[in-house]
Amino acid sequence: MLVLKNIDVFYGKVHAVKKVSLHVDQGEIVALIGGNGAGKTTLLSTISGLIRAGRGQIVFEGREINRQKPDKIVKSGISQVPERRLVFKPLSVEDNLLLGSYHRYSLGRSASIGRDVEEIFAMFPVLGERRNQPAGTLSGGEQQMLSIGRALMAKPRLLLLDEPGMGLAPAISQMIFRHVSKLRDELGATVLLVEQNARSALKISDRGYVLETGRVIVQGTSKELMQNNDVQRAYLGRDAGESGR
Amino acid sequence: MDLGSILQYLVSGLTVGSTYGLTALGFTIIFNATRVINFAQGEFVMLGGMLAVFFAGALNLGVFPAVLLAVSCTTLVGVCMERLTIRPVQGANVVNIIIITIGVSIFIRGVVMLFLGKDTFSLPPFFGTEALEFFGAMIIPQSIWILLITMLVLVGLRTYFNKTIFGKAMLACSFEQKAAHLVGISVDRMIMLSFAISALVGSIGGVILTPITLTSYDVGIMLGLKGFAACILGGLGNPFGAAAGGLIIGVLESFGAGFISSAYKDAFAFIILLVILFVKPSGIFGRADIERV
Repeated sequence: MLVLKNIDVFYGKVHAVKKVSLHVDQGEIVALIGGNGAGKTTLLSTISGLIRAGRGQIVFEGREINRQKPDKIVKSGISQVPERRLVFKPLSVEDNLLLGSYHRYSLGRSASIGRDVEEIFAMFPVLGERRNQPAGTLSGGEQQMLSIGRALMAKPRLLLLDEPGMGLAPAISQMIFRHVSKLRDELGATVLLVEQNARSALKISDRGYVLETGRVIVQGTSKELMQNNDVQRAYLGRDAGESGR
Repeated sequence: MDLGSILQYLVSGLTVGSTYGLTALGFTIIFNATRVINFAQGEFVMLGGMLAVFFAGALNLGVFPAVLLAVSCTTLVGVCMERLTIRPVQGANVVNIIIITIGVSIFIRGVVMLFLGKDTFSLPPFFGTEALEFFGAMIIPQSIWILLITMLVLVGLRTYFNKTIFGKAMLACSFEQKAAHLVGISVDRMIMLSFAISALVGSIGGVILTPITLTSYDVGIMLGLKGFAACILGGLGNPFGAAAGGLIIGVLESFGAGFISSAYKDAFAFIILLVILFVKPSGIFGRADIERV
């Protein structure tokens, strides 16, 4: 579905992403793990068209998208839930969701949008209770739900999730991860999940890539990664000798 | 200090204040979309009046067609300004862009002076010339037109920003630009639209006032600065505050000129600006942002 081939990204003179190749297949949850500054967010920004790749190819559903603007990429079916959620704080919860479907308004097919908003409220009832409240008054977990709901309103075929658990209490963060796996199981969503919390990410994903200083250093199924000694030592906080799970 | 003259000053203050308010709204719309103070805003106001005079005279049009044409042309100037001077420096520091807008204002003023001259012009009133007497104050019909048109513009903008998805998308650009990109809003197009709307609103402000106060190539400087003072008074970024700020400055200026001395008429707006900056920089209607980390 999504294929990245030898992507290089530069931030000014900083070579942030180095020759990264990865792929996400239909119906998969793929985790991208790595520490601070590994280039995870930069990579998602590149896929969404916020940053141009210096070299390499991004192909989505058979079409090359690496020269397209962000609004075209949303239209072609990729939505991102950004790091730190970035809800439109002064606008109401409902307006945030409506803006999620902005590109569908521009295509003049607004009839089904109201129904979709209700579907999001059915998925996250707490948002429905607060539909007229400014988004900035929601708690962190609620804002994360809103940010996910907003991205779903665009009817994406591929969802990019950037650190959905960041800054949330562990219980809330676990609930968000459960929602993500439900999205795949019940709605057939395809997800590329960026996460520092490797354990939570690998638990719900099918495959994973480990990014370090802009390079993919390990890849494999989530099970393999959980058992990989280097990954355990660096990202799961275990001694190499200790056994898995 | 009789009721008649108080009313008279009030009405003329509200009349001029409407234009200040519309100028201030123009500042607010661009500021909200880009965080830039567009110092060419006063020139949009001037263009509205000057072009209407030009179209009415040179093309021999009636007042209404001339006004419509002037407002449309100014809107186009706003769009061109964004395309030619703002978009090419995308991502530049806000201060640099503000300096570019000052350059654009000098350029527009120069071009108008070159082609239309340095004279002072006037437009005939839109409709009706006979003043109405009202508790001893004489109210000219143009004042009523100005207030009505200003109300209409305010209601129109309010509907646009609160009820339409495009208005909300424009607000979204100002609140969280990255997220606006990510939901598929073309931020470039929204910024261009904000310049178009600002130019539209500013030129309406300029054209409705011209039958009363006359116009020339350089009225934009003072109108722009007073509109800016109105913005600060009402709280930068708050459209309601901008409009109210304009009316307040207009009225205070009018009372000041009437009861203290008309020699200091222009000083009042700037005294208010300085006092607000010292006492309450967020403006009288400014709110602290809702923030939750």
